[in-house]
Amino acid sequence: MKFAILVNEGPFGHQATASALSFAQAVLTGGHELVRVFFYMDGVYNANRLASPPAGECSTARAWSELAAESRVDLVVCIAAGMARGVREANLAPGFRISGLGQMVEAAVLADRLVTFGA
Amino acid sequence: MSVESDNSAEPKVKRFMYVNRKAPHGTVYALEVLEMVLISAMFEQDVHLTFLDDGVFQIKKGQNPSVLEMKDFSKTYRALDGYGIEKVFVEKESMEERGLSQDDLIIPVEIIGREELGALMESMDVVLSA
Repeated sequence: MKFAILVNEGPFGHQATASALSFAQAVLTGGHELVRVFFYMDGVYNANRLASPPAGECSTARAWSELAAESRVDLVVCIAAGMARGVREANLAPGFRISGLGQMVEAAVLADRLVTFGA
Repeated sequence: MSVESDNSAEPKVKRFMYVNRKAPHGTVYALEVLEMVLISAMFEQDVHLTFLDDGVFQIKKGQNPSVLEMKDFSKTYRALDGYGIEKVFVEKESMEERGLSQDDLIIPVEIIGREELGALMESMDVVLSA
């Protein structure tokens, strides 16, 4: 099955990101296709490479980059939501790219299921 | 703009439903959902917009968010038909529970009961709520 994922909450203050990561890994482990992970609303904070939470507390930003490196998952940050929150090319974590909301719509159309985390 | 499907040149159209469940101010959800709604329409998708729970307050008349230092984006709802978004629903129970009627709303909507709304959601390809 083809899945797309929408992440709407930040990595540090909300469970949504950790759940989305687990789900993304399960999709790939299960032999399914992950069309795209789109980061919107506070979800764009997942792409901020300047985040450095205390050791052992939260490492989801790095985990997304690792997932992208291992599995070539397309990680897309909404440009408008990112600009509003100070997430831009200058502080973008590896493996992410910045684009428009149209990429979310396209992912929803191309995937059999769009699964939302947060909000 | 359109989305090409895998094996044909025909643009692929899905039934999207955006479900607004939160009050318009205090959080940014309503505003950012509205952005998604507009973009989906620009990509020629079959967009449905639903207001339920506290989301019904998003289209209540008489909002004055300038006192909150916020933009009054309720005006944008009035422009939805200009984007071809005419399938707008309000859940009857949510509206009545909050003492509202159709006269309190800034745009024409279809009032729909909880059970009927459930069936409508079932018929969608993509349901996004916030």
